[in-house]
Amino acid sequence: MNNILENYSKNYSEQIKKRRFWNIFIVLGLFIAILISSSIIDFNVTRIASGIPRLGDYIAKILPNLDTNLLFANSQIEGSVPYWYFNFKKYIILLYETFNMAVLSTLFGFVFALLLSFFSAKNITPNVFSFYFVKRFLEFLRGVPEIIFAILFVWALGVGPLAGIIAMTIHTTGALGKLFSEVHENADLKSCEAIRSSGGGWIPQMRYGILPQVLPNIISYALLRFEINIRASTVIGFVGAGGIGQELYLVINFNYYEEVSAIILLIILTVITIDITSGALRQRIIKGVHD
Amino acid sequence: MTDKNVISLCPKAFLPLWRRSPVGFLIIILSIVYVGFTIHFFGFSLTKILGGLVNMKPILTAMFLWQDFSTWNFSVIFTGLAQTLAMAFLGTFLATLVCIPISFLASKRIFRFAFLRFFIKRILDLIRGVDILIWAIIYVRAFGLGPLAGLMSIFTADVGTLGKLFSEAADNADTKQIEGIESSGSNKLTVIRFGLVPQIIPIFISQSLYFFESNTRSAVILGVVGAGGIGLQLTERMKAQYWDQSLFIIILILVMVSIIDTLSRAIRKKVIDG
Repeated sequence: MNNILENYSKNYSEQIKKRRFWNIFIVLGLFIAILISSSIIDFNVTRIASGIPRLGDYIAKILPNLDTNLLFANSQIEGSVPYWYFNFKKYIILLYETFNMAVLSTLFGFVFALLLSFFSAKNITPNVFSFYFVKRFLEFLRGVPEIIFAILFVWALGVGPLAGIIAMTIHTTGALGKLFSEVHENADLKSCEAIRSSGGGWIPQMRYGILPQVLPNIISYALLRFEINIRASTVIGFVGAGGIGQELYLVINFNYYEEVSAIILLIILTVITIDITSGALRQRIIKGVHD
Repeated sequence: MTDKNVISLCPKAFLPLWRRSPVGFLIIILSIVYVGFTIHFFGFSLTKILGGLVNMKPILTAMFLWQDFSTWNFSVIFTGLAQTLAMAFLGTFLATLVCIPISFLASKRIFRFAFLRFFIKRILDLIRGVDILIWAIIYVRAFGLGPLAGLMSIFTADVGTLGKLFSEAADNADTKQIEGIESSGSNKLTVIRFGLVPQIIPIFISQSLYFFESNTRSAVILGVVGAGGIGLQLTERMKAQYWDQSLFIIILILVMVSIIDTLSRAIRKKVIDG
């Protein structure tokens, strides 16, 4: 009995020692990493402290001067909501443009990603060469940030939504292609075998064996990507690639202070609305599978 | 078995799409019509796209013809890379530090003032609703051009997201441990320290590492609006049409991101497995 207890306490103190060593090691490592990175970007408390009041000033400037008595007066009177949103019509058109940029790039990216994903899934790929080639290709497409692609296409295609749509389509293809091929890799291959045994080629195997079982997952991933693309399309205009981001960049640079908050508020509302709608839709799709 | 026999076994499967699934068919038709309408709305045409692709040709050739490689300013480029990493690391680290107390305040089990909890959650929602690039331009206005603005925007965006994830983790923690410690008559701090913290620390660490990974990617694009790092070097070179150097930087970014991904994935696996 005593022996067991002794062994136990010895073992315990050894483990504690080991753990303490690792904890000290990790904390020291973190500390050194913090010191190095602070010196690289010249981060210190005085700079932060001097920046925060300026941040407060800026936020105070962009917030509208609303007068509670005149809230719903017409757009000529300062302090009313219509005065704040005097450009409302333009914003709505730009938001619609932004929405459509996200829709088009998600749809096109979805189609390309679906076609490529059958080649980059390990279990169903027609040959090893296409597997590695398509996989690396998709990695490249999603590795480069979309805004970098957007700068490139603004050079080639000129300022406007087309550059943004192409850039987002490229990124969406890479991101969805990876997710889709992971879904395919988890698919059940029995139905494929059945089709093969009755003489079906690779394409019928994919169409009737794989696609029906992965479709709900794929659609829910595409909806998730649509939410991400809505966010992306609101900022991709910063480099001139269309949408409401272009207008936001303009009003920030021209110091039209109140318009900044007006646009940001609209963007937040749009993003939240679409997140909620698409989230509910996704849950229904996933639930439908389990029922 | 003849074809007819097969069809009679499962008649619905062989109907044309509009009879098998009218709703699906309608969705497909409507989306095609909508895409057509949208393309019309933007005024796209094949000639416009093809013309643009022709314009791409000189850019692509310039990308792969690396001229005067020895004269490139490598020290600036590698400093940019280091700045990007430092921004991502410090931003994530500070956000993690701030989010730990926030998550306790936003968690139902620890903090009982429903009104304040609701308030904190809505503020986090608001922060998350603003994209990181928008935060970056606002911070560039306040802190000036440079990586400090990038660090602050990563920090702000992360407080929104990590705060939500952490408080969810704290809400999902097992009640039994907490009850056990409460029943022994300890105060709130002890309950948090021994009932909650041991359960949620692995989740926090792995989520923070995951965000460090994704923030290295975000830190790259923050340079586009002037918030420092390698993105600033890249956009400057793209604006000046130094396409060869741009491609070099893009390759460096891809290599850096994949190294960080691999490292962080290995650590995350170790943290979660214990």
